[in-house]
Amino acid sequence: MALRSFTRPLLYVLLIALSCFYLMPVYVMIITSLKPLDEVTLSQMWQLPTTFDFSSYAEAFTKLAPNLLNSFYLVIPATFLSALIGSLNGYVLSKWKFKGANALFTIILFGMFIPYQSILIPLIQFLREIGLYNSIAGLVFVHVVYGIPITTLMFRNFYASIPDSMIESAKIDGAGFIGIYRFIMVPLSITGFVVVAIWQFTNIWNEFLFAVTITTSDQQPVMVALQNLSGSQIVQWNVQMAGALLAALPTLLVYIFLGKFFVKGLLAGSVKG
Amino acid sequence: MKSETTVEQSVRTATTRKRRSLTKDHWLAIGFLVPSILLVGVFVYGFIGWTGYVSLSNWNSLVPDFSFVGLKNYIYLFGDFRFQADLRNTLFFTILFILAVIVVGQFLAILLDQKIQQESLFRNIFFFPMALSFVVTGVVWQWLLNPSTGVNLFLEKIGLDSKWYTDTTIFPAIGWGKIEFGIPIAMIAVVIAAVWQMTGFSVAMYLAGLRGVPEEVREAARMDGANEFQVYWKIIMPILRPITVSVIIIMAHISLKIFDLIYAMTGPGANFVTDVPGVYMYETTFRGNYYANGAAIAIVMLLAVAIFIVPYLWSSRKGEA
Repeated sequence: MALRSFTRPLLYVLLIALSCFYLMPVYVMIITSLKPLDEVTLSQMWQLPTTFDFSSYAEAFTKLAPNLLNSFYLVIPATFLSALIGSLNGYVLSKWKFKGANALFTIILFGMFIPYQSILIPLIQFLREIGLYNSIAGLVFVHVVYGIPITTLMFRNFYASIPDSMIESAKIDGAGFIGIYRFIMVPLSITGFVVVAIWQFTNIWNEFLFAVTITTSDQQPVMVALQNLSGSQIVQWNVQMAGALLAALPTLLVYIFLGKFFVKGLLAGSVKG
Repeated sequence: MKSETTVEQSVRTATTRKRRSLTKDHWLAIGFLVPSILLVGVFVYGFIGWTGYVSLSNWNSLVPDFSFVGLKNYIYLFGDFRFQADLRNTLFFTILFILAVIVVGQFLAILLDQKIQQESLFRNIFFFPMALSFVVTGVVWQWLLNPSTGVNLFLEKIGLDSKWYTDTTIFPAIGWGKIEFGIPIAMIAVVIAAVWQMTGFSVAMYLAGLRGVPEEVREAARMDGANEFQVYWKIIMPILRPITVSVIIIMAHISLKIFDLIYAMTGPGANFVTDVPGVYMYETTFRGNYYANGAAIAIVMLLAVAIFIVPYLWSSRKGEA
């Protein structure tokens, strides 16, 4: 498997060079966010700050704090609900198959790939109609509904690894649909819940199109607010970079601490599973 | 003894299934699925239908007007300079983006597969951009690729033109309809940012695939005198072809509907050199209140995605039935 030994150093040089390329935006982001505004010039872009200035963080935080809070109000219930619905759907579609179940699953799955532009106009009309337009509750609802395909897929793949014989023997012991779910599927799928929760947390936190079209001003999640930071007349790049870091921090932390599950979800989300 | 009872049991369930077709629990299970089916039915398929209807209507102002105008909005769009530019941009963006994600992804996955030290550290470095949002990526790369800064300072030093981020040149610029057909140079900046963000996905896919190839396969190839390069190129990559198909499909659907990265990074650009249907749809519908035109753009986007996705879903369904 390993290349011959004389190419080893070359291998590491390549990997390190590519790593530097991948880390370059992070480097620039961090050093720029720590510079005072007069040092944020194009010519000094790569240089370390002469003094650490945290004022851009203070400014970015004041501007983004309400939106960060909105994002948490959005992402926590939406993640929880979509994981719950996905697990029930996945359970039915993997362990209680019926005629046409596979076809139905494919029909549900298509919803994962559609450009959301193609449902956006009726969606906004609908949310206006039921009074959820421009509200976090409306966004929660939207993410739960459009999360159904992906969470169903991920749980269905996950439950496929639980042997059918286990379900059969539980049935013989008299357990029903709910009993099996509660006492066999849920305890065995804690990892599944973690994977789906991380996936949904990341996607909903990072989502932009629904957020920018369904909410305005003080209801906006953080990604829209971050985008609006750059819309102002004078672009304060240090504040922008600090804001970008703040907005990215929750998903970065999730990735740093639970990266293994994140990648699992990524692979599960690629249909092949 | 035990196996006898299970056989008996399965025979019994098979016969009861025949007689009553579904048990009470089975109906309960289906009952739990019903809300999701209804939601997907209405919010995906019903809403697509409604968007389709809006795209055939006259609703091009703040006041909804559902009078039927046939294909008028579509005819307008396909004759529109901006939309023609969008289609060209999407085509070249998609091709460059997918090619780069596959080539870089395979390359990195093969490097990581060499039993290197600190593998997980390197893996994490290549994967982490995926945890970021396109808006964050857009904001950062906008700063990095600004004309006469950052990467471009370096390009200038080695004598290359550094103004490509705002370059409106189309290469090779063959006149076609109202637009020049070719690669918009400014689009390359967006491709770089998108590739930076998404290669982790293909690295993960290829790495999982490489780890799934049994060592005996490699050994057998080596015994036949193949060198490492040939082992990968002739033996392993063909085995991983289904992964390449998956990566192409996933990346194609991302690139065909891309909106936030471009919206955050460049916007439509001068002469619409970095505009895409996602951005046009948003601006037309929610800034200009041309709802019917916006709906028509959305339907074109949906059809473009469906061309890739429907056959893919169809074939993967057949595989498991």
